[in-house]
Amino acid sequence: MMGPGPLFVIVGALALVTAVGMVLARNMVHSALFMVSHFGLTAILYLLLSAPFLAAAQVIVYAGAIMVLFLFVVMLLGDAESTLSEPIAGHRPASILALLVLGAALVTVASRGVPAAGGGALPEGFGSPGQVGEALYTRWVLPFEIVSVILLVAMVGAVVIAHFRRRAGARP
Amino acid sequence: MIPLAVQIPANGPLMLAAVLFTIGAAGVLLRRNIIIVLMSVELMLNAVNLTLVTVSHALASLDGQIFVFFSLTVAAAEVAVGLALVVALHRSLGSTDVDAASSLRD
Repeated sequence: MMGPGPLFVIVGALALVTAVGMVLARNMVHSALFMVSHFGLTAILYLLLSAPFLAAAQVIVYAGAIMVLFLFVVMLLGDAESTLSEPIAGHRPASILALLVLGAALVTVASRGVPAAGGGALPEGFGSPGQVGEALYTRWVLPFEIVSVILLVAMVGAVVIAHFRRRAGARP
Repeated sequence: MIPLAVQIPANGPLMLAAVLFTIGAAGVLLRRNIIIVLMSVELMLNAVNLTLVTVSHALASLDGQIFVFFSLTVAAAEVAVGLALVVALHRSLGSTDVDAASSLRD
């Protein structure tokens, strides 16, 4: 099997660096900016894996909507000092041990890869908006409609949770 | 469409996604700021999406990509509700530390 393309290696390495930066950054705004660059790099990976529609959706939903939400809340709440206290004794070493086991197991399973069907010959226009849309509106039309209900419920829930607590707190 | 796409063997992206998932789990377990924890959950979801797109590419089947579309929607809903909870938590406790919310009563 041929080695991974040079573009994939570069983008993948950058995605790793931004992910580590996001978890390690002291400043929450830095974390959010690392996150948006990570999601942008993932969109490029989707392009390389012939999913152009998902790449566009990734940029719009993650790098657009989710990013704005996160930055808005960070700005609203201010940059609280991050405590480094350990609530349960030995929590941190135990976590790191569990993470090492998890990472080793996942990477071992992933390194086997998946058997490529049809020798990697993809149909014309694979993953294009037309093909994804056709699949969404024929075979997957019921889940598609259910997802719209999920979005509606989430919207109502977010408004209720963020709004009613304040009114209840202001009354007494 | 993109010539580079054919050259990528599946295990490279799969291993990358596995490492990204572990990094996200590390953020959830080790960071104490609830906003960073939410971001790390997003990172884990994103790693799973990358796995699905990779397998979809390797098997030449669109189903994986459709599933990523749904998981993208659920992630957006999760962030909206999660951040609303963070705002409510910050109002009642004045803190965004995950250990501040350790009591069931007011």
